[in-house]
Amino acid sequence: MADAQPHVEPAERTLPGSGLRRHVDPAIAAAFGCIVLVLLVGSLYSRSFLSPEYLLQQLKVASFLGVIATGMMIVVLLGQIDLSVPWLVAVGGMMSTAATAWGPAGEALAIPFGIACGMALGLVNGVGVAFLRIPSMVVTLAVNAVAQGLMVVHTGGFSPQDSSSRAMRVLATGETLLGIPNAVLVWAVVGIAAVVLLTRTTFGRTVYAIGNRERAAYLSGARTRLVVMSAFALSGALSAFGGVLLAGYASKAAQAMGDPYLLPAIAAVVLGGTSILGGRGSYVGTVAGVILITLLQSILSVMQMPEFGRHVSYGIVIVAMLLVYGRGRRPSE
Amino acid sequence: MNGDWPYRWREHKSTLLVFGGFVVMFAVYVANHPAGLNINVATTAANKGVLLAIVAMAQTLVVLTSGIDLSAGMVMVLANCLASTIVVGSPLPTAFGAAVVLLVGCVCGTVNALIVIFGRLQPIVTTIATGSVYYGVALALRPVPGGDVNGSLANALTGQLFGVVPSSLLLLASLVVVVWLPFRRSTIGRAVYAVGSSEVAAYMSGVPIQRAKFVAYVLSGLLASIAGLFLTLITYSGEASAANGNTYTLYSIAAVVLGGVSLFGGSGSAVGAIFGALMFRTIGDLLFVFNVEPLWQPLFQGIVLAAAVSLGAIRLLRIRNRLELYG
Repeated sequence: MADAQPHVEPAERTLPGSGLRRHVDPAIAAAFGCIVLVLLVGSLYSRSFLSPEYLLQQLKVASFLGVIATGMMIVVLLGQIDLSVPWLVAVGGMMSTAATAWGPAGEALAIPFGIACGMALGLVNGVGVAFLRIPSMVVTLAVNAVAQGLMVVHTGGFSPQDSSSRAMRVLATGETLLGIPNAVLVWAVVGIAAVVLLTRTTFGRTVYAIGNRERAAYLSGARTRLVVMSAFALSGALSAFGGVLLAGYASKAAQAMGDPYLLPAIAAVVLGGTSILGGRGSYVGTVAGVILITLLQSILSVMQMPEFGRHVSYGIVIVAMLLVYGRGRRPSE
Repeated sequence: MNGDWPYRWREHKSTLLVFGGFVVMFAVYVANHPAGLNINVATTAANKGVLLAIVAMAQTLVVLTSGIDLSAGMVMVLANCLASTIVVGSPLPTAFGAAVVLLVGCVCGTVNALIVIFGRLQPIVTTIATGSVYYGVALALRPVPGGDVNGSLANALTGQLFGVVPSSLLLLASLVVVVWLPFRRSTIGRAVYAVGSSEVAAYMSGVPIQRAKFVAYVLSGLLASIAGLFLTLITYSGEASAANGNTYTLYSIAAVVLGGVSLFGGSGSAVGAIFGALMFRTIGDLLFVFNVEPLWQPLFQGIVLAAAVSLGAIRLLRIRNRLELYG
């Protein structure tokens, strides 16, 4: 559908709110179709694949990735990328558990402190990209290395012994209403906030505008540098928040706890139909991408596929699905 | 003939800068090394540096097309695992095994190329996914670290030639002469630069875009597999380590940036990236000779990396109109 029309007024055509009302984005439809397909294939292996308990458990696992992918999506919408996710996740987990060890005041402030540390490093990313105009791939790589260095100095290279605070554990593992895990509620709150931010605020509109054409956004008077910087700070904060939740889930932080989240976060955002070049995509797609990735990982381990097979099929499935609906234009177009 | 020196200077400026930076750093390193400059110190430093330099060359070729190869490290790991299985025994099987390893590298590059060119997927996403596949294959070949490699080949390539020159440096130099220079001077090489500068303009001018990208990705896979083979010769074993693969991918990007290759494509040279890689390695060694506590080394390396990439911001001082920022 997108290919058939000339490339004019992309912002108007593809804003998530208006886009959903007019037509269903084929990428999002395909992502949800794939979710159903994965569930069907899974149910052939085991009836329990369709049980509410299993599905809720999967949603809970997905919510950690969901929170992290939210930040990644905002950055990708700008046409940038955030490769500092692995160690910002670790910063969130380690700083919040370290704060817990400082006593009652520290325990109360553990969650905001962990998030603030991630946001501070995210802000460095943002300054590098927005004001120093260094490619985001490089800045975030360097900040990731710095964050790793800081955490190695802080922990002495071992997994920290501090355990997470009660509040963190409740957020990540508890249940409040109707047996819905708290982690899912947290993701829902983050998700709704992200949708409102992206579709109902100047900030969100500017993010899409910058992703489409930064020069035009700048000439229209948008405060592009401020928006880019804030987007990276937000992404850093959300990565760290994911780390806080993970530390609550495992009741401890660990070295390299964020490593398995970078590629799935990018894959989830892209599978959800957000263009890696920026300017196009909606949060519903990212939700679909996150659930799809989580289910895929789960089904591959339920099928008792050996580890190498999991890596191979993971890669092949991502390429195959993108070949179906994520293709770019020809140079002649 | 002599009137074109401003252009030549502009073309080679970043390469010369990084070469100068490397020479200064290496001089400081040697001056402070407890053993001074002897052939063993040089050989150890050269082996580590050359390994990263080859991956950086692989990365450069793809970056020149304004793409990125996040699977370079995984191709290296795959080649490492494969080489630790088949590059053994008498000379003939060893040579055959090495050829197979390089062929597999080319196949990996071809897969990337086909998906990027005909699948029209973004290189960054494509190579993330294919990197996962290559890692899976490496894991299947070598579930636990181990294996062996032909000892005399290892000695020949990681030792010294005539006791004066680390042979790994000669390997690197021969790669530049055999792979990079012919590529740079060929029509396809020019086409790669054209595609990286502006794909649309290249298309309009009838540049063979698809062939250029194809050659860049395949050569990149080949070079990454040479790095994997060389890693096997250094370690005498194979290990399917995801951390290793990712580290080399990220370091290769750092080396490329330090070497003055533009991540937007179309400018820079593999020679710059090679010196970027050698400089990056020397930074790590400097921390060692200055007795920085091992615990603090990752932090210093990170800060140096951050400082180095921030140098790119100097160009902002020369900008007269802020619109130039948003090209």
